[in-house]
Amino acid sequence: MSMRGSTGLIANLAEGVRRGTQIRLENVTKDYGLAKPAVDRVSLTIEAGEFMTLLGPSGSGKTTTLNLIAGFQIPSEGSIFIDCNEVSMLPAHKRNLGMLFQNYALFPHMTVAGNIGYPLRERRMPKAEVARRVGEALELVQLLGRDDAYPAQLSGGQQQRVALARAIVFEPRALLLDEPLSALDRRLRADLQLEIRRIHREVGATFIFVTHDQEEAMSLSDRIALFHDGRIEQVGSPETLYARPETLFAARFLGESNVFPLGDDRVGSSLSWEGEHWATGAGAVSDRAMNSRATALIVRPEVTSVSHSRQEVPAGVNAVAGTVIDVEFMGSYRSLVLKLGRSGIDGRARIKASDHTFQPGDPVIAWWQPDSQRIVAV
Amino acid sequence: MTISISGDVSSRSIATKRRLGRDTDAVPAWLWGIGVFVALYLVLPTLFVIPMSFSEAMNFVFPPRGFTWRLYENFFTMPLWVGSLLNSFVVAAISTGLATLVGTAAAIGLSQLHGHAASFIRTILMIPIVTPAIVIATSVYIAFLQWRLVGSLTGYVLAHAAIATPFVIVAVTSALGTFDRGLLRAASSLGASPFRSFVTVTMPLISRGVQTGAILAFVTSFDEVVIAVFIRSPSFQTLPVQMYNSVTVEIDPTVAASSSLIVITVSCIFLAVTIFGLKKKGI
Repeated sequence: MSMRGSTGLIANLAEGVRRGTQIRLENVTKDYGLAKPAVDRVSLTIEAGEFMTLLGPSGSGKTTTLNLIAGFQIPSEGSIFIDCNEVSMLPAHKRNLGMLFQNYALFPHMTVAGNIGYPLRERRMPKAEVARRVGEALELVQLLGRDDAYPAQLSGGQQQRVALARAIVFEPRALLLDEPLSALDRRLRADLQLEIRRIHREVGATFIFVTHDQEEAMSLSDRIALFHDGRIEQVGSPETLYARPETLFAARFLGESNVFPLGDDRVGSSLSWEGEHWATGAGAVSDRAMNSRATALIVRPEVTSVSHSRQEVPAGVNAVAGTVIDVEFMGSYRSLVLKLGRSGIDGRARIKASDHTFQPGDPVIAWWQPDSQRIVAV
Repeated sequence: MTISISGDVSSRSIATKRRLGRDTDAVPAWLWGIGVFVALYLVLPTLFVIPMSFSEAMNFVFPPRGFTWRLYENFFTMPLWVGSLLNSFVVAAISTGLATLVGTAAAIGLSQLHGHAASFIRTILMIPIVTPAIVIATSVYIAFLQWRLVGSLTGYVLAHAAIATPFVIVAVTSALGTFDRGLLRAASSLGASPFRSFVTVTMPLISRGVQTGAILAFVTSFDEVVIAVFIRSPSFQTLPVQMYNSVTVEIDPTVAASSSLIVITVSCIFLAVTIFGLKKKGI
């Protein structure tokens, strides 16, 4: 019986998706009259049913962008479209978008059922219908039986589940999530990530998720829009952003990188860095780097190998001399902290957990396949 | 291993501290003594009036002689007393309504302002609390003479609402201090218009502050005598004015019954609010 109820909500929500809820930003700017606009000419299309993450450090404009989509703020310039209807000036309560907040924002004077039923009562739904849907939503977030509890009686994780139920019970056109997991401890965060993934899969609605946590962004998203200084640095799938970053900022924000600044030298068929001659990998120059004066070569630590001497380095790879500074045991592998080249830039490489042959102070050669490197704009 | 041992030690030392703490926290006898003395000092003068209200003497002699309900009979049968009591209630009720409405609106508006302008406005609005009553009374009297409001219900209501509003602002402002404005964003994302969010979210969460403000406003008006003396007329006066007259002009001991009734009524109101408030908090 309750099983059928739950599928009912999912079916209804899925129906909403079939109608298609695309959210499009066109040259959206939000200027508070400070030195720089908080959001600077951002254009982004979020497809129906997509899990899009707005990722970036604090102050990069991701939260302001979400608030502009939600309708809590009005753009200074540009337009926002929901399903091709312009909503730039529409007040939040008329946009029909669900939202999850960092501090849950549950109404403390209402019970769990009162909170979840709130958007339905505001829509003047009959009492019986409200009760039925609240029951379905409680089941969807696995909180059956807690109807009469007050938010203060629940744990942080439970509170966020209630907030999630409240945000989707009225079948919004999309769900906006503003760092909803950052107040939770690590284990609970992992649980709720799975939960959000599951609900996105079951419901299939458009999700727009804001976070500064790159791991969270990579594990949850269909696509990531990386924000930097009020602009979008790069948009793409987590794989694309990790494997094919356009800029040094993108490379550094998602995962670790060994960075070799190439300065103003034009990127040609071969590279030289501090006297080392390196091969250009296959298609490893980013589009932005093509048009950029300053570039850098990046290599991820997991594709960087180390050897004790030049003789052990295979032919056809790019290599650079360095020194071991420290060896960190990470459980499944060891991480070498390195100083590379004459200028001693910081670097990292991974070796097997069982490899005890490297000690701090050892001179080493770091090397990698040319195809695994990438040249990015600085 | 080391960790678990040090954990045991620290938890034991906390337990010891707690035990010691309970001993040092015990209230010493001399502190009790001072406390009782201060309480008596504050309350005794008020309590004097209750035995006086049952006295058979026709003047204010202490200790009271005999026991009679005559003064209460007087109070409830003489039109002068009953009428002024009624006037006081009407004035207090209307000015409380007005002050609560204006004060709550002002507090909510001010809570959204920041910077110098806000603190300036806040200071201006607090002026009635710190201005000597006699100054306000004189100004009100002069203004009301011009506007022909002396001795009218409207005049009393306007004057009392004006001096009661700051108390409402203070009470509501402190309630808004713990109000999370993020809840309003949540409400609007859930489809509530600004007006609906105010009714369903803001009001329920600041209602304790509004109630406190309303009670303070009511008591302020009910007990106000200085302005009331200035703007009284033979046809309209409030209970405090009638009491003042009964002592200075008529020497009517009925004032003792009147005072006792006020003491008991006000005490009951505050007791009810306190008990109701504690119950709501689940204590």
